[in-house]
Amino acid sequence: MPFIQKVWVMVWKDITSELRTKEMLLSMCLFSFLVLIIFNFAFDIGFKNLRESIPGILWVAFIFSGLMGLSRSFGVERDRGTLYGLLLCPISPWGIYLGKMIGTLIFMVIMEIFTLSIFTILYNINVIPFLLPLGLIIFLGTLGFATIGTIFSAMSATTKARDVMLSILVFPISVPIIIASVKATAMIFLGEPIQEIYSWLKILVAFDLVFLLLAYLTFGFIMEE
Amino acid sequence: MIHNRAFLKAFEFITFFMVLLALYAIFIYAPVEKSMGIVQKIFYLHVPSAFLAFFAFFITFIASILYLYKRNHQWDIIASSSAEIGVIFCTIVLITGPIWAKPIWNVWWTWDPRLTTTLILWFIYVAYLMLRGVAGENQRSNFSAVFGILGFVNVPITFLAIRLWRTIHPVVITGKGINISAPMKHTLLIAFVAFCLLFFWLLINRIRLEKTRIKAEEIKAFIEDKIHLGHEKQGG
Repeated sequence: MPFIQKVWVMVWKDITSELRTKEMLLSMCLFSFLVLIIFNFAFDIGFKNLRESIPGILWVAFIFSGLMGLSRSFGVERDRGTLYGLLLCPISPWGIYLGKMIGTLIFMVIMEIFTLSIFTILYNINVIPFLLPLGLIIFLGTLGFATIGTIFSAMSATTKARDVMLSILVFPISVPIIIASVKATAMIFLGEPIQEIYSWLKILVAFDLVFLLLAYLTFGFIMEE
Repeated sequence: MIHNRAFLKAFEFITFFMVLLALYAIFIYAPVEKSMGIVQKIFYLHVPSAFLAFFAFFITFIASILYLYKRNHQWDIIASSSAEIGVIFCTIVLITGPIWAKPIWNVWWTWDPRLTTTLILWFIYVAYLMLRGVAGENQRSNFSAVFGILGFVNVPITFLAIRLWRTIHPVVITGKGINISAPMKHTLLIAFVAFCLLFFWLLINRIRLEKTRIKAEEIKAFIEDKIHLGHEKQGG
């Protein structure tokens, strides 16, 4: 089987099990929905300062519900005792990593589409004119977050205090990705020229590639027992 | 070298002497700065600590790579010991900084790239130490080595991101240092040497402590084994 097909089998396994239980996607979407509502009460957002707050609201919702998905990504394998089965598959640790990362990415993107639609309705902001650049930024930011998160999901799955550990490990490392994503999102909503947004896009791509390379170099060591 | 008692004693003595000398230089020899006053003396503690924090994390980074490459437990001990001491120095930096900043900049904290990066750095290595605490025995070394590498590579990236992020805002603090007189320069140099010696003294002793701990555990396991065998013999 070629490598890409193997990775796809990994991704498909996660999607199938999610379609059967629907646990993770449902909780992620509900959680980000709640974040949007809590933000409304917490800041009493009026129409004046709404545009400045949008990127913050969106990314807090994305990142916190993304974290839920991440903790389940490898955590579920640990709970079911299927982690060893995964390791016994005829696939390299890098393949396992890619499969898990793409799975998380897909779930997060679905959650983000849901969040954006709810956001449009609740905050009365039309996102359709910005959809292309916004979608690209959100995708790249999510890719970076999932890239970093999957490494630590695998790490924290076997430790004590799994969920707390995951957030403590993920947040400091993902600071550059979060900064770049929030900044680029803010520029889109403030109507900055496309060239400036494009330069942040390049930075995001560079960060994603750096972290993917690091994951490629180090993931094998994490899977060793 | 670190097992040589005479060397360790001499090293300890020199460190002690240099730290005393540094205290003398800071509080008596160095003049009080005109515009900033007495608070400027924090500078002599702050700058060497900042350097050593970065240096300690750099050692952790190198030792982590060497551990994954060579699989020698020695490197894991060095990496974790250095990270622990680095966190102490980083904490000193983060505490002395605001104490100095409040009278001088009139704020405790600004989100300047250097300050923010140092804070993130602190978070990364506190997470590193926590990870070592919760990871299982057989995975601890690998996990922390990977995190030590990721964390250090992340530092310049974070710095870059914060710097680009703040370009639109006016920069409150410029990178310009304080114009210092000769006695101040001497004091800084002495403090620098004293802190470096202190760092290496701490590092050597932390490594020795870890090795002793491992040996003690081996002995304990050995004794427990013997007792267990003895019981079995009595029982059988």
